[in-house]
Amino acid sequence: MHRIRPALFAACVLMTAACSNIQPWVKPYERDRLADPIMAWDRDAISAAYLDHIRESREGSRGASGSAGGGCGCN
Amino acid sequence: MRLESARGILGRLAVLIALLLVRAACADVLPDDRADLFYSKYSGGGMDITGYSALVRKKFTENFAVEGSYFIDKVSGASIDVLSQASQIKDERKQKTATVQYVHDKTTYTASYIESVERDYRSNTTSFSLKQDMFGDLTTLSLAFANTTDTVGENNGTAEVPIITWLGHAGSKSYDIDLSQILTKNFIAGVNFNVITDQGYLANPYRSVRFIDASNPNGYSLGGQVYPDTRTSTAVQIEGKYYLPYRAALTASYRWFRDTWSIVGNTYEIDYTHPISNVWILEGRFRYYKQNSANFYSDLFQYAGEYRFEGRDQDLAAQDNYTIGAKVTYAFLPDGWKMFKRATATFDVSRITFHYLDFRNIKDFGVKNGYKPGDEPLYQFNATVYQVYMSMFF
Amino acid sequence: MQSSKLLKRCALAALVMTAAAFAADAGGPAPAFTLTAVSGGQSGLSQYKGQVVMVNFWATWCGPCQQEMPLLDQMYKKYRPAGFTLIGVNVDKDAPPVKELLARKPVSFPVLLDPANQVSKSYHVDEMPSSVIIDRKGEIRYIHRGYRPGDENEYQDRIRQLIRE
Repeated sequence: MHRIRPALFAACVLMTAACSNIQPWVKPYERDRLADPIMAWDRDAISAAYLDHIRESREGSRGASGSAGGGCGCN
Repeated sequence: MRLESARGILGRLAVLIALLLVRAACADVLPDDRADLFYSKYSGGGMDITGYSALVRKKFTENFAVEGSYFIDKVSGASIDVLSQASQIKDERKQKTATVQYVHDKTTYTASYIESVERDYRSNTTSFSLKQDMFGDLTTLSLAFANTTDTVGENNGTAEVPIITWLGHAGSKSYDIDLSQILTKNFIAGVNFNVITDQGYLANPYRSVRFIDASNPNGYSLGGQVYPDTRTSTAVQIEGKYYLPYRAALTASYRWFRDTWSIVGNTYEIDYTHPISNVWILEGRFRYYKQNSANFYSDLFQYAGEYRFEGRDQDLAAQDNYTIGAKVTYAFLPDGWKMFKRATATFDVSRITFHYLDFRNIKDFGVKNGYKPGDEPLYQFNATVYQVYMSMFF
Repeated sequence: MQSSKLLKRCALAALVMTAAAFAADAGGPAPAFTLTAVSGGQSGLSQYKGQVVMVNFWATWCGPCQQEMPLLDQMYKKYRPAGFTLIGVNVDKDAPPVKELLARKPVSFPVLLDPANQVSKSYHVDEMPSSVIIDRKGEIRYIHRGYRPGDENEYQDRIRQLIRE
């Protein structure tokens, strides 16, 4: 138990440090390309949903066809 | 005629729409107000389906938005495997969707309700999703849940004079986890994970199995399908989007699917987007899909009731298909005018070639033209999908 | 007894770590800079010594940045006679979209260009937009990250407070 305590303490510090100090490696002022509308996962949500609907009616597969995120990260 | 031949499509549609709604937005900021008009036409395999849709989205405060849409699908034609009806099919599906979205700090909450009605099929879906930005907004995590209930019926009359028999209910629960990660200034990657569990009446009542029957002049007879009353599926997709230095985007994705009916499906897609100034965006895409057949599927059973579960629905057959698509978007108000921030018109066309590996064309081929049961040519067909839509942003 | 001591040490470590993340920014001298203005010529922070200065980091591709611009302009016009100035620092890589945007939606405060992002780095900009409020002595007093409607009231409170000093 005496050996574990300093290790636990170190782990605590490291974890807190890690959580609060993950510095974004892509700075907010470097996100111009990611904020470009052509880099959006789906520019046209209705069209994408409709094409997916057609596929699902004909294929056995379903699900897992979209992501969220990216963009300018403002606010 | 049921326009949804796969179970609980609405559930996935709801989740997909909810997830797609937050995709285009800047993290933590709700997307712009918009109004969209949409027209689509699917033509292939003897079927013609036209769809019309209108969508409106409005923010009531900076944190709260509501979206509503209305969609009508009209189908006509005779699909290859609807053999019991000699006359043309005509049917209509109406769908209403309402979505609310709330953003607080780095979290976006979305809830939606979809209701779909056809003469012989009713479905409604309730879904919730949560999106969280973390690690300097480089990472976005989304969780979503959708619950669908369907009521399945069969039209034993004609298109003009329907006689509907209600056959049963089905329920579906869908769970999604999505992670999106910005890797470099030019590259964003995503992983999507989905599980769906269905139970209840999962078959399409208009499709039949066939079995060898020497007493029938065709050499085979038709019988009712018997589906398992449960299905659980898992799908995982990885995707990446890369910004090319001269201003273009390249997207690639791969999806793996597997379910308890032993279907394994692989989807590969690649997309190239090329803008020209602030006014035109051109896009080209290619998609390839392949799956094996379900474990209770057969194009021709040896005798009636050979197995406990039997199906001959096209969706369950071993198949592959490839799609080539192109899309042109024209911003007719690129910098806005009065209350419009931007307005665009888009034309999209896809050509899909379907190729079945163990489903035969018994509508056009048979004993009448020299084919013994089981020797008919494998079915294949092409379909073209057109979409024309206008989006206005406020 | 031992575990509660450990817990206290953990909590202290967490506190120190979080405090450290902020201490680096507010309370220190504002890094000097000289940049090219959109209208031409060089301009820098040193020009405005003795005044209360707000440095606003923005980009043409950032929606919330554009939302706050007209409000910043109003604020600039209102408090300028009292010894306040607002400097817009644009972080776009290319100048033409910036000039084009300002031609359509002009502002009266000076806008400087930081295409190499050196000034953004020296101010540790970690969110877009960011507004740094500097007092008459050249010390950074407040850093506001992001923009939500209503934040302009907070800006005005801080500015009024610093003007009175």
